[in-house]
Amino acid sequence: MQPVVDIRGLTKRFGEREVLRGLDLAVPAGVCFGVLGPNGAGKTTTLRALLGLSPGTSGEVHVFGLPIPAEGRAVRARCGVVPQADNLDPDFTVIENLRVYARYFGLTGAPVEERIRELLGFVELSDRADAPIATLSGGMKRRLTIARALINRPELIILDEPTTGLDPQVRRMIWARLRALRDQGRTLLLTTHYMDEAERLCDELVIVDNGTVLERGSPRELIRKHVEAEVLEVRGAPERARAVLAGVSDARIEELGDTHYCYTRDARALLATLEQHRELTFLHRPANLEDVFLKLTGHELRD
Amino acid sequence: MIADYIPRLRHAAFAIWARNMLVWRKMIGSSVVINLGEPLLYLVAFGYGLGMFIGGQMDMPYLTFLASGTLAASAMNTAGFEALFGVFTRMVPQKSYDAMLASPLEIPDILAGEILWCATKAAIHGAGILLVAAALGAVADWRALWVLPILFLAGLTFAATALVVTARAGSYASFSYYTTLVMTPLMLLSGVFYPISTLPPLLQEIVHWLPLVHAVELVRPLVAGLPLNNVTLHLAVLIAYGIVGYLVAVRLVRTRLSI
Repeated sequence: MQPVVDIRGLTKRFGEREVLRGLDLAVPAGVCFGVLGPNGAGKTTTLRALLGLSPGTSGEVHVFGLPIPAEGRAVRARCGVVPQADNLDPDFTVIENLRVYARYFGLTGAPVEERIRELLGFVELSDRADAPIATLSGGMKRRLTIARALINRPELIILDEPTTGLDPQVRRMIWARLRALRDQGRTLLLTTHYMDEAERLCDELVIVDNGTVLERGSPRELIRKHVEAEVLEVRGAPERARAVLAGVSDARIEELGDTHYCYTRDARALLATLEQHRELTFLHRPANLEDVFLKLTGHELRD
Repeated sequence: MIADYIPRLRHAAFAIWARNMLVWRKMIGSSVVINLGEPLLYLVAFGYGLGMFIGGQMDMPYLTFLASGTLAASAMNTAGFEALFGVFTRMVPQKSYDAMLASPLEIPDILAGEILWCATKAAIHGAGILLVAAALGAVADWRALWVLPILFLAGLTFAATALVVTARAGSYASFSYYTTLVMTPLMLLSGVFYPISTLPPLLQEIVHWLPLVHAVELVRPLVAGLPLNNVTLHLAVLIAYGIVGYLVAVRLVRTRLSI
């Protein structure tokens, strides 16, 4: 089947700076697809390019089989966008925001009012319909932004860091709603740097860095392929930890600040050793996507 | 390509116009007070007060002269300020344009909608002044209603030219250059308060290349009940400034937002 989003060899240069360097991305229909990457990896630039808002320097982009940017208008009519920064209209109430936004899609009248009622229920804002935007909490604003993105019944929903800065209750509620949307057969494309979010939500994902795709697969596949099954995070005086861990042979060890990360297939021997050194504290956990992410994109800070 | 500059109106520019109209309607109370109160104050203070000294030196009462000049200048100010401060607020701090551009709307649609709205506001504001002027006996006859479409056109012109400044503005502070160095001189030199025939010839020549005087020369005879002259020239100047302003603004906003 034809992919919903098909990006080939996309490059984007801002003056001297090359933000995208031949990025390839194919998003199949009906899945929740994640784009993971450190700050400045080119995630938002990719999203803007596929909506036709900021054309690439070279490369080919098709969405729904339509060429971008030439057919940007037609493509955006079938997309819903949840931006990174809330840009709700502060001059309006909750319901007016949806009504005004519907008009940008050429949607007016009774069917829109019906759709708005439905969407306010979906994001649990029915009782705040007439509230001014300034009185909403961060979580409510984000839920309203999601409702706004659904006003045109989009086939493709694009979310740029949808749960950044939200409390756990709201994050879980939003995850449930996003899964419901996928189960209705819509395609979701989201960027995030929350690995737990990607792990729970994404059927498939790519890890991007420096404007190119490093790896692609389901969260489970990527974990199995790149890191050992178990992780021990060992904390304590670095010299002590180094001395204790020096004798360990069946683990890959990385030192970062005051923590040693030990990746291993079988943690039993390591656990026995650590039991004898109570001056070191440790956390034993299964490997996760964050380990894959750090392995592939490195440990140095990005801004 | 010229096609990249042509806005769609239905379901596009008009959606932006309707958005702004809805905001305006929410604040209609204060708008009406300002729209009627301010011209009343000016016309009474200057029309009567100053008019006493000037009276009889022209082919119309000074109150009529001042009211017609004020009508034209207010179209420039109303549309200009909305296109500067209103549009900048939506484009930059509120990020409303980012939300609009994620819909099928494109930059020409949005800017055309903004300009149509600025012109509508200029016409509404003008209607308020016309009402006050009529109540004070400064309006000759019903023909003065033709002023409203003229003010709408002048609103389009001055909104489009102001948008060029907004498109490049880094902050609200940038606007004081335009208001102080362009709008205020235009208002003082374009025959709003006194006939431009009293200016030195070179200055008269310069002023005729600028748009406001053409709005004044269309509005004044309509208010005073005198015959109109050079209608085509006046309309052409206003339209030309409007089209050039719009095209440059679209180009600049595109470079600003499409990166």
